Amino acid sequence: MSVLHLAILLPLLAAPFIPLFFWGLKRIHTGWFVLIVPVLLFTYFAGYMPTTSAGEVVTKTVSWMPSLGVEFTAYVDGLSLLFALLITGIGALVVLYSIYYLDKDKESLGHFYVYLLMFMGAMLGVVLSDNMIVMYMFWELTSISSFLLIGYWYEKERSRYGAQKSMLLTVFGGLAMLGGIILLESMVGSYSIREMVANQAVIAESPLFLVAMVLILLGAFTKSAQFPFHIWLPDAMEAPTPVSAYLHSATMVKAGLYLVARMSPVFQESPVWLWTIASVGMFTMFWGSFNAVKQTDLKGILAFSTVSQLGLIMSLLGLGAAALHYEGLDENIYMVATIAAIFHLINHATFKGSLFMMVGIIDHETGTRDVRKLGGLMTVMPISFTVAVIGSLSMAGLPPFNGFLSKEMFLKATTKVASMDFFALDSIGLILPIVAFIGSVFTFIYSLLIFTRTFMGKAKFELLPKTPHEAPVGMLISPVILAILVVGFGLFPNVLSHSLIQPAVEAIYPSLVAGGEEVEVHISFWHGLTPELMMTIGVVLLGTLLFWQIGRWMGIYNRIPHRLTLNGMYDGSLVWSNKAAYRFKDNYMTGFIRSYLIYIFVFLSGMMLFTMAWLDLFNFSFENLAEIAPYEYVLGAVVVLAALAILFMRSRLPSIILLGVVGYGVALFFVFFGAPDLALTQLVIETVSVALFLLVFYHMPDISKKEVRMRFKIGNAMIAILVGATVTMLSFMALSNKSLTSISEYYKENVYELAAGKNMVNVVLVDFRGFDTLFEIVVLSLASLGIYTMIKFRTTRRTKGEGAHEAQKQTRQ
Amino acid sequence: MEVFISIIIGVLTMCAVYLVLSRSLLRIIIGTALFSHAAHLLVLTTAGLKTGDAPVLVHGVTDYTDPLPQALVLTAIVISFGVTAFFLVLAYRTYQELNTDNMEEMKGTETYD
Repeated sequence: MSVLHLAILLPLLAAPFIPLFFWGLKRIHTGWFVLIVPVLLFTYFAGYMPTTSAGEVVTKTVSWMPSLGVEFTAYVDGLSLLFALLITGIGALVVLYSIYYLDKDKESLGHFYVYLLMFMGAMLGVVLSDNMIVMYMFWELTSISSFLLIGYWYEKERSRYGAQKSMLLTVFGGLAMLGGIILLESMVGSYSIREMVANQAVIAESPLFLVAMVLILLGAFTKSAQFPFHIWLPDAMEAPTPVSAYLHSATMVKAGLYLVARMSPVFQESPVWLWTIASVGMFTMFWGSFNAVKQTDLKGILAFSTVSQLGLIMSLLGLGAAALHYEGLDENIYMVATIAAIFHLINHATFKGSLFMMVGIIDHETGTRDVRKLGGLMTVMPISFTVAVIGSLSMAGLPPFNGFLSKEMFLKATTKVASMDFFALDSIGLILPIVAFIGSVFTFIYSLLIFTRTFMGKAKFELLPKTPHEAPVGMLISPVILAILVVGFGLFPNVLSHSLIQPAVEAIYPSLVAGGEEVEVHISFWHGLTPELMMTIGVVLLGTLLFWQIGRWMGIYNRIPHRLTLNGMYDGSLVWSNKAAYRFKDNYMTGFIRSYLIYIFVFLSGMMLFTMAWLDLFNFSFENLAEIAPYEYVLGAVVVLAALAILFMRSRLPSIILLGVVGYGVALFFVFFGAPDLALTQLVIETVSVALFLLVFYHMPDISKKEVRMRFKIGNAMIAILVGATVTMLSFMALSNKSLTSISEYYKENVYELAAGKNMVNVVLVDFRGFDTLFEIVVLSLASLGIYTMIKFRTTRRTKGEGAHEAQKQTRQ
Repeated sequence: MEVFISIIIGVLTMCAVYLVLSRSLLRIIIGTALFSHAAHLLVLTTAGLKTGDAPVLVHGVTDYTDPLPQALVLTAIVISFGVTAFFLVLAYRTYQELNTDNMEEMKGTETYD
């Protein structure tokens, strides 16, 4: 157990102590104790920066289940470190923010911070695990802790709905991913990601390559809210705002991006990889931004904008695969896509985190997040307004903020890829920059909406539940820090280039790095009059125009009926599957024992006959069979007729007597077969049985009044004939295939020498196989005890049945 | 002989199945009793019938019938008697409590919707 492992597990180890602080130290907000954890971890992980920027990696292994190939291997390279810093850094800011956001007297903070620390530990585990099974374990832990956090205000119905939805979708993806992991293991023979990267060629040649890739991508797409699995994210906005800021903008939704980036070296040689990820990401980007415009809830806008931005990063990660296929230029221009992806990942975490916190402040200070009620807050909340403007304009991709740089690189990557001449991109590749452009226009519009609707326009303070005022200083610290980072990365983009972005990009292209190619990251603020700059200008012009005329075209959003939307389909499918399951259950679980017996009989006979036909066992041969004496025919006829006659008896009394006839007939057969002990037992027991039957019949006098003949049912008869025929066939089959001699020769020879008895059956019962007899005695004792208790002990007084019984008796009298 | 008995076993099984599928509790128990008769005969028959004298050691006799299936059937007879007796009393108590021996009237009333 190294320090690195302890660092990963620190949040999980600290979590159990949080309730103690919460209950023990009521006067101090529990968040202050929690804050220590991410701050410590952030400084610890920052210490790895020199190592990874020198191109080195750190690996530490702890044995967990070595026989199954599952080792807890912590692995720090540029990509993991970038995510670890994001998780701990934003985590620290979010915890600080939550201290002022959540009231220590009204909220159950003990729960909240336990869930949050669980999530933080799980997330660190995901990004720092080399073993995929361990990674999957942490992955599901993020789903679970996210479920708990979304449902934090569990009294609210919407919270529970959102939590359930996100759980269903992310766990669905997680399980698909587990399937992909197992497939990959079967190809490579190891769960280690590094082994998979090293054996990339083996995986590429496997016939299951595509299946594994799709399964892994399902996991990534559901977690990162890609189309059509994005629907859980807007409903997850019912969580407290610090949770939305942390999980649903900066960290958890990026787990899918991390997975895609991490698995890129394994899959990206395949054109399917580029196409799937780029197109899904691009469409998600467009769809998210398109839907964000119509939202009236501020968090709703931010949720869809997160979806859109995640799609953007996802598509860039896909397009980055083109770098592997392009050799010929000194500078590999397609690598810009991956650089842009990593850069935008950082940028998005900063500006989206600050925006969420700003929305939380508005919610906290005005009592609503509905943009239709808000307006004119600029003068009362100047600091929040500044943060919102910086965040929104960075998101829209305007200079001088960091969003501008990554948006430029995004447009550059799409235009460059459109001019590629492989993977059939030459014909339809032009779609990519067009979709990117349209998506950017909508991004521009909703970014403007966020701060214009909230802070500008006419003040409607009388509509608000609270009188608005500026937030307390503590609440503003985190968003202001993030806003400063937004501007800082915008003006000095290269501070991160060598320390963080370059090692991360190198981790995505191990083959290129090994081939001696240099990953050159240089983000320049001004790079001349390029096509992408023109596109940005176009975005601004068109966006402004549409924003100005927004009232005229908002109507298109109401055209789609709810049933046809993705949410409608999701809800419908839940209702439908529930109904279908109930209908299915109601159809075969009838509650009548007869139905279940029919299933059992038909299944058994069917299987039996099918197996016999399958193995061709119908060719019976009867040799060395015993002779039949004429009186035996008579006895057989009597037994058969008695058994059949039972079926036609109107009353139960003759049935019982006929059953006795069958029993005595069987006893006689035992006599003919040379089984005196059997005959004796059978006679006695049949007598007692018939007596018992008659006793019961005697005590059910009312029944005889109601007796009717069994109604003939053709279905029952056919099943009965089927089962009877099957048993006869079974007997024939046993007679035709005698391969081994009986073990009984031993009994016959040794019955006197070893057991000092002459009656072989009795010696077998009490000596050779005495255990059977012991437990047969136990069965009889239990039966008699059971009968005794049934008659004697009654815990509940007879209620309804007895009453009806007595009433009937009285009316008859 | 074995073929003949096999057919009898089939008929007994058929009657047993038909009775077990009926509505009356008493008939169902009669059906199970017939089932056990069929099963006992089946065990004996498939082991081979009349291959010698009764399995009691007598000086000078060399051929005996197989004692093992007889021991098995003897055990089975006793167990099926125990179970039948238990069932019968159960049917009697059911009738006392519910005032019916019709299986279809004994359907549970709880629903899970």
